[in-house]
Amino acid sequence: MNELWALMTGLAPLSLMAVGGGTTVLADMHRLIVEQHGWMDDAAFARRYALAQAAPGPNILVVGLFGWHVAGPLGVIGATLAMCGPAFLLALGFAAMRRRLEGARWLRVAERGLVPMAIGLAAASALHLGGAAVAAWGPQPIVGAAIMVVTAAVVFFTKRSPLWMLAGGAVLGVLLIG
Amino acid sequence: MPTAAQLFAAYFQVGISGFGGANAWARHVVVEKRGWLTDAEYAQRLGLGQVLPGPNAMNCAIIIGHEFAGVPGSIAAVTGMFAGPLSLLCGLAALYDRYGELQTVRAALAGVAAGAAGMMLGTALKLARRSRPTWPMWAVLAAALGASMADVPIGWILLVLGPLGILTARMERA
Repeated sequence: MNELWALMTGLAPLSLMAVGGGTTVLADMHRLIVEQHGWMDDAAFARRYALAQAAPGPNILVVGLFGWHVAGPLGVIGATLAMCGPAFLLALGFAAMRRRLEGARWLRVAERGLVPMAIGLAAASALHLGGAAVAAWGPQPIVGAAIMVVTAAVVFFTKRSPLWMLAGGAVLGVLLIG
Repeated sequence: MPTAAQLFAAYFQVGISGFGGANAWARHVVVEKRGWLTDAEYAQRLGLGQVLPGPNAMNCAIIIGHEFAGVPGSIAAVTGMFAGPLSLLCGLAALYDRYGELQTVRAALAGVAAGAAGMMLGTALKLARRSRPTWPMWAVLAAALGASMADVPIGWILLVLGPLGILTARMERA
């Protein structure tokens, strides 16, 4: 119980520091979990991060895996609440304020102005993840790159659900490098 | 206008299918499948979600939920998005320690990750085209992409390119 409390009080401040996405504070989580408390080693930490990336859902759910390791099912809930709660309340306050200011000219300008940066950052995450994913294909990087390009084209040109592309990627992976 | 229950259902779908992060799936469900927002509108909410601290996908869900159904809408969207994957992760956590090192599992994950990266890339391209950037906006977009690829800390990118982006939007209206 004390361990869970230590995890939660360690994660809560990170919630509000995670500007630009939950996993920008990954290094701080590593410090808390591996270096400070020794709850798991480097490899176990990295494996959990890779799993959260691969599993469905927001990547921030990796804290749930850390919570599981420290305190079981209750740890999952505690860690997720600690990591998401403070940011949730702040965003909720902002969302309420935004609706009261609805139509204010400066807000419309600001919202439109943040779009290019948002898209640039999203494209960069795609390429970061893509680089790691293609490297994971080992001797056949071209197949990994092809899956990436074809999926991007399907999303860009059609309204189809890309779930089939992801499933196809998994099958190709098992057949070719499994 | 979607109700809190519809928001929960939509974001449940986002969470459960959101391989490789939830933002690309949120766009797919909210824009393509349900038609609640246009691409340009979604991109604006994504921008706000990135500037606020915390997970982008969650911030985005809070803003969109609140817009359609107030505080209950925000809570419904966020719990919907987290409910599925959290329970799945609990199961996976136990299995992964045992089977995560298997080559078959790794190979399948590598395939999914390549597809997920492609999905994120396609989403970014589509948002860029649909939000009709002016050329100074394209420059900010390219700078954000380049800076992030060069591992410039995210704080600096937001601090410099955020205001620059807003300036480009002001120029457009002037």
